[in-house]
Amino acid sequence: MPRAIVNVPSQAKRGEIIEIKTLAAHPMETGFRRTQLGELIPRDIIRRFVCTYNGAEVFRVDLHPAMAANPLIAFTTVATESGTIAFQWAGDNGYAVTESASIRVE
Amino acid sequence: MTRDDGTLQRTRRRFLLETAALAGATGIVLPLAVEQSSATPASMHAAIRNVVGEAPLKKGKVKIDVPALIENGNAVPLTVSCESPMTQDDHVKAIHVFTEKNPQPDVVSAHLGPRAGRARLSTRVRLADTQTVLAIAQLSDGSFWSDSAEVVVTLSACLEEGLI
Repeated sequence: MPRAIVNVPSQAKRGEIIEIKTLAAHPMETGFRRTQLGELIPRDIIRRFVCTYNGAEVFRVDLHPAMAANPLIAFTTVATESGTIAFQWAGDNGYAVTESASIRVE
Repeated sequence: MTRDDGTLQRTRRRFLLETAALAGATGIVLPLAVEQSSATPASMHAAIRNVVGEAPLKKGKVKIDVPALIENGNAVPLTVSCESPMTQDDHVKAIHVFTEKNPQPDVVSAHLGPRAGRARLSTRVRLADTQTVLAIAQLSDGSFWSDSAEVVVTLSACLEEGLI
């Protein structure tokens, strides 16, 4: 079952820069490895990560096979208003996971 | 006696032939394992040109933070930050990371804007070999800034055999 963990502060002051940490459970199979029989293991990676703040995109990442397994993405955003910060991961073989966190801005 | 010798000769010849055939067979398999296409500094430059285009690549502003020596190349902590006021007029549009000797030069590309507050990306990457890691920041005024770091990798990623 695909899973992801996000770490977002539950409240912040208006205009404060908050740090967001995200972790998705995914093997990030590179497509360059072979089995002991010499067969190529097909690529299976997360290709895109998008973070939206109340519907507006604030951060987007394109991932390549050189990202480590269970990709960690940590970044910052400005706490502008109370609402929802949503996260989407999409990748090979129809991999799609969404996660969201609510934030209260004073 | 002579007949025995002949048989022995034949068996020996056959043994040698079989050994050679076997070596040939493994010889086909082994290069497959070694033949892993790897990015070269040239292909890294090509990948960089894809992003940067004809614009000059200047040193500075960006800071790449990665350990100089890493035991396990499967998960190398990497932080790229760029000095920028992150306002509507002057902000970092994108951060790209490239490697020299991984099977592919691209590692990660982050697209951000003034709402990020700070131009900073932390992640974990795979490094296939001791090599140079290069980070590029694309600013809103169209300029590109870079920083590179040399990383010594003891156990490399990507190329080990799977367990299937």
